[in-house]
Amino acid sequence: MELYELTVHELQEKLDKKEINSQDIVKSYINRIDEKELEINAFITTRKEAALNETMQKENAIPIGIKDNICTKGIKTTCASKMLENFVSPYDATVMENLNNDSIILGKLNMDEFAMGAATEYSAFKKTRNPWNLNKVPGGSSGGSAAAVAANMVPWALGSDTGGSIRQPASFCGVVGLKPTYGLVSRYGLVAFASSLDQIGPITKDVTDCAILLNKIAGTDEKDSTSSNIEKRDYTKAIGKSIKDLKIGLPKEYFGEGINEEVKKAILDVAKKYEQMGAIVEECSLETTDYALATYYIIACAEASSNLGRFDGIRYGYRSSNFNNLKEIYSKSRSEGFGPEVKRRIILGTYVLSSGYYDAYYKKAQKVRTLVKQDFKRLFEKYDVLLTPTSPTVAFDIGTKSNNPLEMYLADICTVSVNIAGVPAISLPATINSEGMPIGFQLIGNHFAEETLFSAAYAFEQENKFREKYKPEFKK
Amino acid sequence: MNISRDEIIHISKLARLNLTGEEIEKYTKDLEDIIGFANTINGVDTENIDESITATEQSNVFRKDEVKEFDDKEALLSNAPSMEGRNVPPSKCFIIGR
Repeated sequence: MELYELTVHELQEKLDKKEINSQDIVKSYINRIDEKELEINAFITTRKEAALNETMQKENAIPIGIKDNICTKGIKTTCASKMLENFVSPYDATVMENLNNDSIILGKLNMDEFAMGAATEYSAFKKTRNPWNLNKVPGGSSGGSAAAVAANMVPWALGSDTGGSIRQPASFCGVVGLKPTYGLVSRYGLVAFASSLDQIGPITKDVTDCAILLNKIAGTDEKDSTSSNIEKRDYTKAIGKSIKDLKIGLPKEYFGEGINEEVKKAILDVAKKYEQMGAIVEECSLETTDYALATYYIIACAEASSNLGRFDGIRYGYRSSNFNNLKEIYSKSRSEGFGPEVKRRIILGTYVLSSGYYDAYYKKAQKVRTLVKQDFKRLFEKYDVLLTPTSPTVAFDIGTKSNNPLEMYLADICTVSVNIAGVPAISLPATINSEGMPIGFQLIGNHFAEETLFSAAYAFEQENKFREKYKPEFKK
Repeated sequence: MNISRDEIIHISKLARLNLTGEEIEKYTKDLEDIIGFANTINGVDTENIDESITATEQSNVFRKDEVKEFDDKEALLSNAPSMEGRNVPPSKCFIIGR
């Protein structure tokens, strides 16, 4: 077995026993990148030589891939945008500072431009392919991160999730992805998309790795005023805990119209398996689901239009070479630097914030947001976790949805409520469909109940053994 | 939901974006679709409901307003698209302003 096939906890065991060192691991991954990257296109920046050099000082480090919207000192952070094509961050994001001592960055991973998209097709640079079938999208926006983990080109990766951008690609690529509770992981150094929703989180080969990586990145940070003050926890302690009598709610709204039949059946099978393992499964209702998607797109785009106002062609980023006055520097730099989806969302966000529409859309959406939060609160008085599909479908063919934005937005129905309410959720593989594409399911927990999610996810993973049964086939 | 071309042109000016004719057509249609869908929230009763500005219950977080020196000014300034000494940016309009 090659080292690149192992999980991080398996690598760590070998490191601890001094059977291998970081150089062996990095070399194995570089070989794998050389073998597979041409097919997958997961990386925007690779740093093979630099990574190898770092192994000299860091003999016990584990390599990692980083989504290209997380600032890495001295390494390009492009957000997959022409706007930041040459941007080299002068500082590290807090998560990178947390990782630095025992990690080596293998590269920066592809994504939808400024994390806006669900297929990684809106990257300004390249289209990433799904390792299970090269004609399919890897999901998005953290598609590069999920595809690189699935293809064994990195042992684990960081992504970001504003409305499903970690969980949906994890589901499409048959790997594990966690969106932590809002406030658990510092966003200092994450290029902002929608600040009241954005969260950094792990994408890993299995649940244990996910808990280990969360241990490294979680924690208070005075540089992110939204980061919470909760005490440091060891999430790996939740791994292996019994789930007997765990109360699982199945919100019926997630199993209605628009959910693919094969996906629906797979998730109901997951529910049955949980019952067999001793959990108590009950149908419930998350009534605000129907409104959550509209609420999400109003709030996310409003915040994006404001956050992306900073790209003015002055201090950093792309500047048009063709202007006559200050206003033109702004408008030409922005028009030439941003891609079509980013412009669409800026326009939508500006519209819902503009005079005459602010009350009807933005203010109204913020009120509905309160109702979504109350809806989750009500359910978590009764249930420990909620079980839903991660996405209504499996990965779709490249090029089939990118021209219909509304259709693309509707596919986020299973993931956005979680961000609106700020609760944590994990996606892990259930099975594969008749075409051999992974189907993922989502477990949603109460604020800061990541431990419950890990216990529940790990118990299923041990029973299901997805990684042993199925492997990406790089089908053409 | 009807959105006019003029409205899209107005909005794009507010957002400092110059749109081509083709983009105006496309975004007018897209926005009609998306706003049409967004109108589903009009059906929600929000009487006496407060707005949420964020996901958590956290209120204002304060810290001392202390200046911290950033030690690598070169790295900071090297991201500016063009430089004249330590001035960012030396462009025609600013030069005229001087």
